[in-house]
Amino acid sequence: MQKIGVFVCWCGSNIAATVDVARVVAAAKGIPGVAFAADYKYMCSEQGQQLIADSVRQYGLNRIVVCSCSPRMHEKTFRACAERCGVNPYQVEIANIREQCAWILKDKEQATRKAIALMKAAVAKVQLDTPLQPGESTVVKRALVIGGGIAGIETALDIADAGYKVDIVEKEPSIGGKMAQLDKTFPTLDCSACILTPKMVDAAQHPNIRIFTYSEVEEVRGFVGQFEVDIRKKARSVKADICSGCGICTTKCPSRKADSEFDAGLRKRGAIYIPFAQAIPKVPVIDRAHCLKFQTGKCGVCSLVCPNKAIDYTQQDEIVTEQYGAIVLATGFDLLDLKHFGDLGWGRSKDIITSLQLERLTNAGGPTEGHLVCPSTGRQPKKVVIVSCVGSRDTSGRGKTYCSKICCMYNAKHAMYIREKYPDTDVTVFYIDVRTPGKGFDEFQRRAVEEYGVHYIRGLVGKVDVHKDGTLHLTASDLNSGRQLEMEPDLIVLAAAVTASPDARKIAGLVTASIDNDGFYVEAHPKLRPVESPTAGIFLSGMCQGPKDIPETVSQAGAAAVKAIGLLSKDKLLTNPCTARCNEAVCSGCQSCVKVCPYGAIEAVEKTVITLEGKKEQRSVAVVNEALCQGCGACTVACPSGAMDLKGFSNQEIMAEVDALCW
Amino acid sequence: MTGKEPNKDLRSAVRLTPEKEADLTAQLLELADTDVKRCIQCGRCTANCPMAKHMDLVPSRMMWELKNGRASVVLAAGSPWDCLSCFACETRCPRGLNPAGVMEAARLLSIRPAGAPVLTAEDVAKLDPGMPQQAIVAAYRKFSK
Repeated sequence: MQKIGVFVCWCGSNIAATVDVARVVAAAKGIPGVAFAADYKYMCSEQGQQLIADSVRQYGLNRIVVCSCSPRMHEKTFRACAERCGVNPYQVEIANIREQCAWILKDKEQATRKAIALMKAAVAKVQLDTPLQPGESTVVKRALVIGGGIAGIETALDIADAGYKVDIVEKEPSIGGKMAQLDKTFPTLDCSACILTPKMVDAAQHPNIRIFTYSEVEEVRGFVGQFEVDIRKKARSVKADICSGCGICTTKCPSRKADSEFDAGLRKRGAIYIPFAQAIPKVPVIDRAHCLKFQTGKCGVCSLVCPNKAIDYTQQDEIVTEQYGAIVLATGFDLLDLKHFGDLGWGRSKDIITSLQLERLTNAGGPTEGHLVCPSTGRQPKKVVIVSCVGSRDTSGRGKTYCSKICCMYNAKHAMYIREKYPDTDVTVFYIDVRTPGKGFDEFQRRAVEEYGVHYIRGLVGKVDVHKDGTLHLTASDLNSGRQLEMEPDLIVLAAAVTASPDARKIAGLVTASIDNDGFYVEAHPKLRPVESPTAGIFLSGMCQGPKDIPETVSQAGAAAVKAIGLLSKDKLLTNPCTARCNEAVCSGCQSCVKVCPYGAIEAVEKTVITLEGKKEQRSVAVVNEALCQGCGACTVACPSGAMDLKGFSNQEIMAEVDALCW
Repeated sequence: MTGKEPNKDLRSAVRLTPEKEADLTAQLLELADTDVKRCIQCGRCTANCPMAKHMDLVPSRMMWELKNGRASVVLAAGSPWDCLSCFACETRCPRGLNPAGVMEAARLLSIRPAGAPVLTAEDVAKLDPGMPQQAIVAAYRKFSK
């Protein structure tokens, strides 16, 4: 016999101030099947849960309805509580009378009536709830990290140090990411390569880490604990096992048309190239689109000069398939394409560059060996203008609506580099606001002004004219004095907005992770679960989740590693029992469900079924793989015959809820 | 055209009751049809304005005054009459706002109480030949009291 307990939470004044909880309790007591109803100030507290446990014991309750906050908040809490006192956790229903009632309504009478209606709907559903048992699945003790920048490297090292195997997949020919391109790092101005390179080497030499560079994730199957991933190792056209990394091929290559990605287009590279001196692995790659051998069939110089005969023009892409328990996304960021910023001179002069290009111009490993010059003349600039917020905080559609977060700090850093090395060069930073929260950050920016004599002008640059002789002329605003001013700088640096990596969207599709409108991965909870994707077993590390600086990226990378380790350390995982179920007698085998299932959990199988008339029949019906099914319910909607149903959310249960609301 | 003295104290020139100021601001905002609250004071309008050097109240300051409910300051300024309606400010505003529209609204609001066009056909011959055509056209705009 059904004995339902209804527990109404006040949530302090969150619910009780708007909903008359006593009336909800009284209404519950009048429903057939309800054996007990009570209210309490904080139902989620230890005392609140004790009240539930005591009532179960005293009244022999076997189903529980909690009228409280959203099930996203405390469904787990109350299910666990039910399990402890012998009630099946799937016979617990939450009526959300906080977010969907108390918080959105002002009138107490209206809110109370809605709360009663929601309670009745939950009682109607709980009456039909069947006890469900979660299954078990095993965990593969290996993690996959997608992206080999500082975020991916740090996450991989932490997981590997904990004793688990990790694979890093990086699409570029070397790991290192954007941090490898930087000159110095704020707020301490230590050399970026000096702190990154040892970590790259650690990752390369770690016995638990395998690195797939020049590789991309092609396909992801499976689910938390048992992902199966196809990795495409793109053909390098160089045999990595016998190449010694001497680099002779790269110096002899006659093709010099391709822009060096690593030097942000400031230098040309050969068709066969090693991106930078500290690259890991130090194995060149042939860019086939620019290689004369591949394009015209005539050349082969690299093959002739290679002392180890490591060049292989016939190499093919290779697909590696591997099992993983957890996947960490660390796909990093990109800079906004400034094609819509022609008014700031972008694309019209070589002396108008991005901040990343400036990093390469001041970096000792860069195209000018660290000498800051105007790319058009090769001469040292005497007047440099840095423009903040190029494409950031932009709601006009040309840029991004968010603040890119790191630019204020790196602008100060760039201004300091320049003033430090070239005291006779004047540096002016145009800004809207200087945003420098962080340990030692504001002090850093003030040093740029107070010790290095950098001019900060509140206002932005409006228009840049490029004269026929190549000189630059700009108009800007000086908001503090309310005037327009003009300048003729030698070099203009545009602090372009940070954007999500364009690959993030593709990878989100492969692993079914959520992304926001800007292409950044969405975290499971903005405050309490910041490094987890809502999809189980997928974790987020670094800039792929939103703009952040290196210290923050490293902290998040560590946090993502801990979450992944927490998953890998489990021997078994409980699976969600709320999966789809097919009523084979009714299923017509139309396969509509197969087409809509985002997890590939349904297949059509030829088998003997018993029809509604009780006859045996051989035909094709849908069969659900419960291990893959995530319980999204898409199939139940697509099914034209009503054969598909979702355990825990059956059509019957949903209709009972609707009926209860319509009383 | 001669440059005006920038930033002369326009505020002290105006004395309105708070109610009248609020009413005037509401009228101006309705005519301007641009959401000045979204302005982040980046100054790109002023930076782009070909007339900013000749204005007593540069476009970004005008947006600032309006955002803070001081339409009287905007109306006391000469800037709306310096505006060429070239819309460079609107084209390049990162927030998609239209300072030129505010200028136009300020002109409309100033000439409305006059009840007649400020410019008649006979006046055209007497004008400075260097005067921008846009300004002349603006003065002919249809308006009603």
